[in-house]
Amino acid sequence: MKTTEILIAGFGGQGILFSGKFLAYKGLMEDTQVSWLPSYGPEMRGGTANCNVILSDSPVGSPIITAPDVLIAMNLPSLEKYVGAVLPGGQIYVDSSLIDAKVDREDVEVFYIPATQMAKDEGIGSLANMIIVGHLLENHPELSFSGVAEVVEKLVPPKKAALKELNMKALTLGKDYKSN
Amino acid sequence: MAERILMKGNEAIAEAAIRAGCRHYFGYPITPQTEIAAYMAKKMPKIGGVFLQAESEIASINMVYGAAAAGFRVMTSSSSPGISLKAEGLSYIAGSDVPALVVNVQRGGPGLGGIQPSQSDYFQATKGGGHGDYRMIVLAPASVQEMASLTIKGFDLADKYRMTSMILADGTIGQMMEPITFEDTEITTYDKPWALTGTECRRPHNVVNSLYLKPEELERKNFERYEKYAEIEKNEAMWEDYMMDDAEIVVVAFGIASRVAKNAVATARKEGIKAGLIRPITLWPFPNAAFEAAVSARAFISVELSMGQMIEDVRLATKCDKPVTLCNRAGGMIPSPDEVLTAIRTAWKGEAK
Repeated sequence: MKTTEILIAGFGGQGILFSGKFLAYKGLMEDTQVSWLPSYGPEMRGGTANCNVILSDSPVGSPIITAPDVLIAMNLPSLEKYVGAVLPGGQIYVDSSLIDAKVDREDVEVFYIPATQMAKDEGIGSLANMIIVGHLLENHPELSFSGVAEVVEKLVPPKKAALKELNMKALTLGKDYKSN
Repeated sequence: MAERILMKGNEAIAEAAIRAGCRHYFGYPITPQTEIAAYMAKKMPKIGGVFLQAESEIASINMVYGAAAAGFRVMTSSSSPGISLKAEGLSYIAGSDVPALVVNVQRGGPGLGGIQPSQSDYFQATKGGGHGDYRMIVLAPASVQEMASLTIKGFDLADKYRMTSMILADGTIGQMMEPITFEDTEITTYDKPWALTGTECRRPHNVVNSLYLKPEELERKNFERYEKYAEIEKNEAMWEDYMMDDAEIVVVAFGIASRVAKNAVATARKEGIKAGLIRPITLWPFPNAAFEAAVSARAFISVELSMGQMIEDVRLATKCDKPVTLCNRAGGMIPSPDEVLTAIRTAWKGEAK
């Protein structure tokens, strides 16, 4: 039984929920079992936001993640809060343009991506989240980059067609980035 | 196979209601159920239905009462404090024997409480809430798919028995997204000869009313209603058994708690502990038969997002002849699989009291 539990955490406004939704839709389109659980309430209006995504080849039990296989940390408080929870052998993706700290663990694989800076440099300021998602899909053994265009097509509403290209650009930047 | 789509639990309720033929929604916004109203606001005008945001919860439940009396499939939704406000209307609807669907996506209480998930309205839903002798059929979905299927079932049972069906969900199931399919669900419709549809001078007037000043008459109404309730207790209880065949430690949980409990039961089995899960799907009628069938059980654990409410029904269902312990979090917190596992291990060692 293969189950991948992904915890995405950061500030409200960083697209935390959207990146989770992207991963959930990708799972859906690949016929895996998925669950997506957002934090809701005041944190949606600023403050910390997080999102639990579970991808599995069997029905998902609890949608609440207590020990993630993958942590995406988009700010320092999130990294500090969840770094200890990641399962040994798991992966941590760190937005290193917002987080100076290094992960002090030997038993996990850590990817440092200056995603916010990269997004700014490319003029796609709000898409740091998708750069990290691109990097995750390329580097996680259970996930794959292929098929992202279909997911973008599905998730970006026709009214915002211009965003499709920008999302693809962000995903590709993340895929091609050499973090280590 | 029908297409799988990703939906929030709250949206699944709204879509299922529309598919079940509901064209009248009255509500008032409150976290964490507002997506139901938002979905209805978007869809109802396009299909000739009514979406109405009332001035208050009390107004909206009375609009439900009125539309139900007129024979329409009608619903409202709210979260815990809002349901308390609707309690008067729920009692009137029960006293008038009209069908309605009411959704409670629970949050922590009492009072204004918080906005995080909870199951602490179990008593309110299953034991009353409003005044007088009455019951509601209470359905407890544990997945987004069930948010939809139990909504359809809820309308069906409400019409069949002329009473309120309540969907007792929680903030987690309401907010989470899971794949769901809307297969060609059988929608059952019922004749409503009692409804206020206009006599057109061809039949005597129908009266929908909950006022009976003659005690003999009111008593008769109550006895009749309880005969109906007995029928429901006999026929409509639903539950899910998980690893119950030889289970000695039986976890009892509904809604989101059952999802957490399932993880814990699976882990316990890997440790060689004979654990199982009874997941009540109807909270009223409570699935007593599930407990009668649990012949190998030596201890029960009620896992709840409350200070222990369902545990009373577990004790009644087991006639207090086995130990029943509580594993709970409250106020918007959710027990972790590890907390449930610890309770299972304790019971397995025979230390449960």
